[in-house]
Amino acid sequence: MTLPVVDVRELRTHIVTRWGTIRAVDGVSFSVAEGETLGLVGESGSGKSMTCLSLVRLVPRPAARIIGGEVRLDGDDLLAKSEAEMQRIRGRRVAMVLQDPMSSLNPVFSVGMQLGEAVSMYHGLRGRALTERATALLAAVRIPSPAARLRAFPHQLSGGMRQRVVGAMAIAAPPRLLIADEPTTSLDVTIQAQYLGLLEELQERHRFAMIFVTHDLGIVARICDRVAVMYGGRIVEIGPVRRIFRAPVHPYTKALLDAIPRLGARRDRLTTIEGQPPDLVKLPAGCAFAARCAHVMERCRQEAPPETAVAPDHATRCWLNA
Amino acid sequence: MAADPADAALALPQSSAQPDVAPRGRRLPIVPLGIIGTFVLMAILAPLLSPSSPYEQSLRNRLKPPVWDERGSWTHPLGTDRLGRDMLARIVYGSRVSLAAGVLTVLLASAVGAAVGLVAGYYGGRVDAVLMRITDATMSFPVILLALILAVTVGPSFFNVVVAIAVILWARYARVIRGEVLTLMELDFIAQARIAGAGPWRIITRHLAPNTLNTLVVLVTLQVGYVIIVEAALSFLGAGIPPPTPAWGSMIAEGRDFVTSAWWVSFLPGLAILLVVLAFNLIGDWLRDTLDPKLRQL
Repeated sequence: MTLPVVDVRELRTHIVTRWGTIRAVDGVSFSVAEGETLGLVGESGSGKSMTCLSLVRLVPRPAARIIGGEVRLDGDDLLAKSEAEMQRIRGRRVAMVLQDPMSSLNPVFSVGMQLGEAVSMYHGLRGRALTERATALLAAVRIPSPAARLRAFPHQLSGGMRQRVVGAMAIAAPPRLLIADEPTTSLDVTIQAQYLGLLEELQERHRFAMIFVTHDLGIVARICDRVAVMYGGRIVEIGPVRRIFRAPVHPYTKALLDAIPRLGARRDRLTTIEGQPPDLVKLPAGCAFAARCAHVMERCRQEAPPETAVAPDHATRCWLNA
Repeated sequence: MAADPADAALALPQSSAQPDVAPRGRRLPIVPLGIIGTFVLMAILAPLLSPSSPYEQSLRNRLKPPVWDERGSWTHPLGTDRLGRDMLARIVYGSRVSLAAGVLTVLLASAVGAAVGLVAGYYGGRVDAVLMRITDATMSFPVILLALILAVTVGPSFFNVVVAIAVILWARYARVIRGEVLTLMELDFIAQARIAGAGPWRIITRHLAPNTLNTLVVLVTLQVGYVIIVEAALSFLGAGIPPPTPAWGSMIAEGRDFVTSAWWVSFLPGLAILLVVLAFNLIGDWLRDTLDPKLRQL
């Protein structure tokens, strides 16, 4: 097997607050290969975004701290790099697309200037070559009449267009890993579908590894190869999308899938997961999902379940399978 | 056509399809701009414009009234002060002091204040806490008092006035810019810039500073008027520009013993201050309304 692009081992990020320490990322391990897309799903506060920020070492300091673990990008341990080295890695080798297209471009500079800044930073291009490269990038993200759009300011573009510009900046290097943190959440459904298509197309061309954060399982089914389900700062189940959707193992994954409304299903009420998401400051000693789990056993409250493989490439953290 | 005003009022909605008047706040403030323009020209061209030297005394012609008074004459269009110096010449030359003090002080204060605000807002945490406590302390110190101390210890001079006001004034810029930076920091484009590999210097200069420029311009304009008043107050108290250099504030002070008999000695420089300050404030208001409606409270 070839070396994965990113290999995350036992990553831990803690946030110190007035009310206690939040274990936002609590021993997360996964890897993503070239050209592969890993979906990261889970409810708000499950640690998805914090995991992504930890990968590029941009957790909100000083409150948040990466406590331990390993993040290997093509074999280099990113957590051992200096801040100056990280600055050269960000954008060039790891790029990220964030959720809000309305605020992800600087309102006072034109698209050309912002895209140009990224291109000149990564490739040292100037003048005509720079403009040509920027135009080509806009064309690559399917923006019509790209040369004219270079002079446009962010407020003159729609949300979908802006998100494409952000995409163009993200692939300027092009990166080895693209982290997409809910990039389509604030787009409407048709634009969302176009954008997902665009991401797939870009991935096909540049072969980057992609981590796609979302809480929309429909999107996961559409573009991800594998999916990791997070709960309380841990990955509770990880495996190929097909397997997870057909034969989920962890009770939380099952409950999540049951909660998807289906056309034609005769039900008066939507299925929900009982109870509240766990208080991250006071996570129980055992499994974080124990309080809401239908199959809870005495052992679940005492001890955290280890990661167990249910099939090659499919693992879960649950005592039912241990 | 409609002679009745009621008809005209009813006809308004139709004519509003092609408005001949720009929306409020967008109209160029022509009168204030004209006033500032006139005073700036006066300050630059003072030696050419002024009819006589502002320093030339003539005790025989002391306290002559302006030309519109029956005892006045065209040799001294705005009259003379108690030493027989030409009022028009002194007001024209006085505009140099006021405008230079206003502009220089505000530029100095805004540069320092903006830098502090940007750094405090960007780094946050302990850096922010320390810088903001210094800012608070500065704001609690009265400008006039500092200027008086400087005047007494180092001696009054133009330079000391500028420094005294700027040393206090920067704090306000620091506060406002820091606030602005804090809201900007929440926006994704800052995060996006970081993810793209931009360092602190690049983020501050390329992403934060340009986005605070509107606020800064509004604040600068509004503060020029304020600084002119403070400078005049200092000159009035004798802690500002030392005589015989003509400054509006000290001219008012010189005339205060004769207000009942020779009102123009105090009144005319006062009028000049009023016009300039009002004009700057109106332009500042207009800029604020056009550039940055969020800043209404400033």
